[in-house]
Amino acid sequence: MSTQNPYKKKFSKNKVLESTWTWIFRFATYFIILCATYLFGDILVKGSKTIFKPDFPFINTTFLTKSPQTLHVFEKKEIMYQIDDLKYEIEDAEIIIEDDKPSPEILNGLNSKILAWQKEIKVLDKKRKETRFLYDNDDFRELEEPPNKKLYKHSTYAYSGGGIFPAIAGTLLLVIGSMTIALTLGVSSAIFMSEYSKPGTTLNLIRLSIINLAGVPSIVFGLFGFGLFVIFLDWNVSLLAGCFTLAFMVLPIIIAASEESLKSIPTGFREASLALGASKWTMIRTNVIPYALPGILTSSVLGIARVAGETAPIMFTAAYALRDQLPWEDLENIQDFFFQGVMALPYHIYVVSSKIPQNEYTQSMQYGTALVFMGIVLGIALTSIVLRIKMRKKYKW
Amino acid sequence: MTKTKEEPTGAKVETNNMSNSKQEAAASSSLIQIKDLDFFYGSKQALFNINLNMLEKEVTAFIGPSGCGKSTLLRCFNRMNDLVDIARIENGTIHIHGHDINSEEIDIIELRKKVGMVFQKSNPFPKSIYENIAYGLKIQGVKDKQILDEVVEKCLRGAALWEEVKDRLNENALGMSGGQQQRLCIARTMAVSPNIILMDEPCSALDPIATAKVEELIHELKTKYTIVIVTHNMQQAARVSDKTAFFYMGKLIELGKTDDIFMNPKQSQTEAYISGKFG
Repeated sequence: MSTQNPYKKKFSKNKVLESTWTWIFRFATYFIILCATYLFGDILVKGSKTIFKPDFPFINTTFLTKSPQTLHVFEKKEIMYQIDDLKYEIEDAEIIIEDDKPSPEILNGLNSKILAWQKEIKVLDKKRKETRFLYDNDDFRELEEPPNKKLYKHSTYAYSGGGIFPAIAGTLLLVIGSMTIALTLGVSSAIFMSEYSKPGTTLNLIRLSIINLAGVPSIVFGLFGFGLFVIFLDWNVSLLAGCFTLAFMVLPIIIAASEESLKSIPTGFREASLALGASKWTMIRTNVIPYALPGILTSSVLGIARVAGETAPIMFTAAYALRDQLPWEDLENIQDFFFQGVMALPYHIYVVSSKIPQNEYTQSMQYGTALVFMGIVLGIALTSIVLRIKMRKKYKW
Repeated sequence: MTKTKEEPTGAKVETNNMSNSKQEAAASSSLIQIKDLDFFYGSKQALFNINLNMLEKEVTAFIGPSGCGKSTLLRCFNRMNDLVDIARIENGTIHIHGHDINSEEIDIIELRKKVGMVFQKSNPFPKSIYENIAYGLKIQGVKDKQILDEVVEKCLRGAALWEEVKDRLNENALGMSGGQQQRLCIARTMAVSPNIILMDEPCSALDPIATAKVEELIHELKTKYTIVIVTHNMQQAARVSDKTAFFYMGKLIELGKTDDIFMNPKQSQTEAYISGKFG
């Protein structure tokens, strides 16, 4: 049987093309996964240094419960001088390399010296970290006996001590407030558009413009909120102004998704309900909204993530860089609660990473805040997903 | 649609059935009276000059090919067509219990309580069996658990469903079989104590056994309710109904006792349809 096998694999241009495309798609996916892993891993590793600690209770409670404060650092002068000396030597050596262009033998010698010094600095730096004292402003003031000024060098770093509790509280308040406003307004208008209003060109135009709002940059919403709420309505930089601005930013998402989930409910339920003598509103209340809620919740998860994460809209409308007292402290009357500025996590990250000099202490603050922030968004999202699954189980068709 | 010869179909029906005087006497005692009804979807006329009377506690079957307007007519009786924006009644009246149901003073909610409807596709709410039956009463504000329990049991017994589901009243109604779901929908309709039950092809999605059960149920129900049933299944019309109306292209072609319609139809179109020559 020496006839040629007709099914034998043959090389063809098409096959090469096919596998090339497969690999392009595969590479794109892997690339995204790699980047995301790096991003989250970086935040996780660096952030957990701030949030967790090696001894009981393993969580840095100060970071989660205190306001941001100035950090007082005491480092042993002796070690600091040693480090400074070494740095000076390195500088000197580098100047020689740059300017005098020494012979290869000398260059090699200098380079190995620099390496040795750098190693030594590392060891000293470790020692410095082990022997230093860090105090919050609060703790520092309560100290009866601050470290001896002769032995220790005292330096201060703004925003680098204490914790971020006011920012956590502020972000939660902004999320709750803006989602309440956005869901109330958004679901109401979605109900009106899908259940009450007559379909036609006008409705389509309105719908189109609402959906287009979703593409407006968030800074524009920030300016809109600043103009309308802060200045025109004279609410000042306040929680309420921030909530409304954020609410308007997520409204398009909520309206579009709510309408979609309202429309996905079979007409049969509506007809059956009406045929049993329900008024239109009763029908919507008992046989449309309950079934649409899971879908609406899904969309609000997206909304929550956006609301919690946006910095631009709250920059001019709600956020303070620093506010010592918590939103519910020192209130003269109840409306003051809504008309006060708050701290917020994204804005806090922005402030500590771009408004103050950078150093190792601010960095730990940035990454710690970012990790807490991610945790909160994840927590809220998980809650709504669980809620949605529970509801889906209850109303399934 | 081409205009057919201007021959009032209503008149045909009268002569077909009974003498004029008898007809008038019947009209005054009938529960549903339709007079000269013209119905439009936008500019398209769906019903032409319908004249029809239905007596109390009688089962009337509407038969005819798809798109002949029988469902449209059925949905006029509880004004379900109000949901369709472009639907309108141009001419004619529908009286139920002697009241014009399209007049301004009619409360549509009260009308729909008295004129219940069972749909083609069984559509129980995705709630418990109990909640499905209790729904009609709950939206009227009945909160008394005892009354609700009683009504639920009575309706489920009425729909011959009690024995099958009494142990799982709190389970989701969508876990029931198709036939059970449809009977649940009938039971649900009964809970608001209507006089008339409209059924829009209630068995079209059911298997023969489930269909038989629903038909059996219709037989029992006709002692208490006036029933109008739309069906594609002519055997079914023959089995369950007292009177049958044949529709074609939006016109009522023939109305008569079911036996008469099926044994010796007066109109050639009716004969052609029931013998399966078209439709």
